[in-house]
Amino acid sequence: MTTASIPVTNRRRRQPTKLRRAVRRNLTAYGFLCGALICFAFFSWYPMVRQVILSFQKTNFVDAPEWVGLKNFRTVFSDPAFAPAWINTAMFTLLALLCGYVIPFITAIVLNELRHARAYLRFVVYLPVMLPPAVGVLLFQWFYNPDYGLFNQVLSFFHLPGLQWLNSSGTALISLVIVSTWMNMGSGTLIYLAALQTIPSELYEAAELDGAGLFKRIRHITIPQTKLILLVMLLLQIVATMQVFIEPYLLTGGGPENSTVTVVYLMYQYAFNFGSLNAGNALGLMLMLVLMVFSAIYLRISRDNTV
Amino acid sequence: MSNAIVTPGRSAQSPLTPGGEERGGGRQRRPRKPINTQFRTAVSPHQLNTTHGRIIYWIVLVITVVSFTAAFVFPLYWMITGAMKSTEELNAIPPTFLPTHFSLDGYRQAWDLLELGRLLGNTALYAGGAWLLTLAFDVSAAYALSKLRPVLGKVVLALMLATLMIPPLVIMLPAYLTVKDVPFFHWDLLNTPWAIWLPAAANGFNVFLLKRFFDSIPRELLEAAEIDGASPGRILWSVVMPISRPILGVVSILTVVNVWRDFVWPLLVLPDSDKMSISIGIASLSSQMPQNVLVASLVIASIPTIVVFFIFQRHIMAGLTAGSLKG
Repeated sequence: MTTASIPVTNRRRRQPTKLRRAVRRNLTAYGFLCGALICFAFFSWYPMVRQVILSFQKTNFVDAPEWVGLKNFRTVFSDPAFAPAWINTAMFTLLALLCGYVIPFITAIVLNELRHARAYLRFVVYLPVMLPPAVGVLLFQWFYNPDYGLFNQVLSFFHLPGLQWLNSSGTALISLVIVSTWMNMGSGTLIYLAALQTIPSELYEAAELDGAGLFKRIRHITIPQTKLILLVMLLLQIVATMQVFIEPYLLTGGGPENSTVTVVYLMYQYAFNFGSLNAGNALGLMLMLVLMVFSAIYLRISRDNTV
Repeated sequence: MSNAIVTPGRSAQSPLTPGGEERGGGRQRRPRKPINTQFRTAVSPHQLNTTHGRIIYWIVLVITVVSFTAAFVFPLYWMITGAMKSTEELNAIPPTFLPTHFSLDGYRQAWDLLELGRLLGNTALYAGGAWLLTLAFDVSAAYALSKLRPVLGKVVLALMLATLMIPPLVIMLPAYLTVKDVPFFHWDLLNTPWAIWLPAAANGFNVFLLKRFFDSIPRELLEAAEIDGASPGRILWSVVMPISRPILGVVSILTVVNVWRDFVWPLLVLPDSDKMSISIGIASLSSQMPQNVLVASLVIASIPTIVVFFIFQRHIMAGLTAGSLKG
């Protein structure tokens, strides 16, 4: 009995200090957290919620906001640029993946085989990524100039007819894809290269002993070994390229004939040029939902595979 | 390391080039130096060092170096020299490979006409403030979440990481409205540096990187400091921060470079031409400038980031792979 009562009194005596210590620890912790919490709350969490709210409202910031149901979505749907915006965004994403996903991977495989000039090649491929995007885009605007741009000069050097590049609805979108690939392929290349360097060499040796040729080794060892990073990069790139804005904004203004209007660009137009912020919100909400699907898959994959 | 011993290439090669290094000293004609096969990759080291393999290797190497230079260095060369050419020379067909007159007039005009000094100063202010604020807020938040473990800490972390799922561009309109009229305070932050600084600190990725690093710091180290009577703030400053220098470097560079390169957000929140960042300033005036002046301004605008890249190449590439490999 006595042995049992001692710990009880002990615990009772200790409890207030323990509780006080816990309270103090929590207060300190939230003191440390408060700066970040305020920033997140105002500039991340609240805008997300507000995106949803504003999509169903009509606001002019003078009168009280009015709930309008799906009217904003109907406005956006009936816009002649709505379908082109989504189609162009999808096309841009697809083309940007064809270029910006396959080329970096092949480049990385080649770089991984090279034993010379590695530092130079790695440095050079990442240079465009370091340029401010506006610089890269405006540089290509000059290159694309049909009269005196670099590209048509190179074509005429080889006695090929010049192209209209950004001025023709047939080539405008692909021109944007080229800029975007040039500016962004460096990061993909270096990430794949890092992944390739983690492949254990025993695997290649074993495959070689089994008589697998170079391409078989790439197909059965390199690709399966980098499958996870390939998948992750695919999703990240889809999310990144679907938000294409700066290229159409600076190069084409969505033209010619809506051939380069994209979802984010249209959203910007609604808010700042068409004076219909809520329609822009409705469009943003749609894009947000689409991108969240890809992000969710991405998070799922990266959580399942990294403990 | 074990490759060096067991690589078939080495063993097959050794009778042909018997220890080039050992007796290399006074020899006149060395046999061809074998291509380094220390790291085993898809191409077998044995094949690589056959005559056939060497020829292919050197062809691929030359093609890669030439095409990389053409694709990534030549545009920059064209940009730097293009700014030195006159408008007539820029329009000339065929183009001149080198400017006929070496002159920096294009650069001087760009500096004066676009007021690049002010634009660069603005951008430095935005990047510097965002850096300080991000370090202050995100480091202390990650420290609290990792080491102090408050009630609901897991929920807070999950909410912060959830922001990674929604790209900032998608919520740019409501974020813009928030900056225009901050709830409760009713401040208008448009055209103030706070419009860049505060949202930059709300970076889930930084919190994630920092917390992951802090988690790896052994508890005993902090407990020892606690027993010595150090307060949590003191522990963060004197124990955690010095150990975390590598990750702080990565976060710093990511933050500064991101703010420097950002386009859409400053386009929305800094419409005043006196307050513009360098990208926006150049873009807004691009259509009114002669081509050579515009190109000169592009060169000047890219110098800071390229210099940063030269200096911090290692950190930047480390940050790139650290972030993406683990998601």
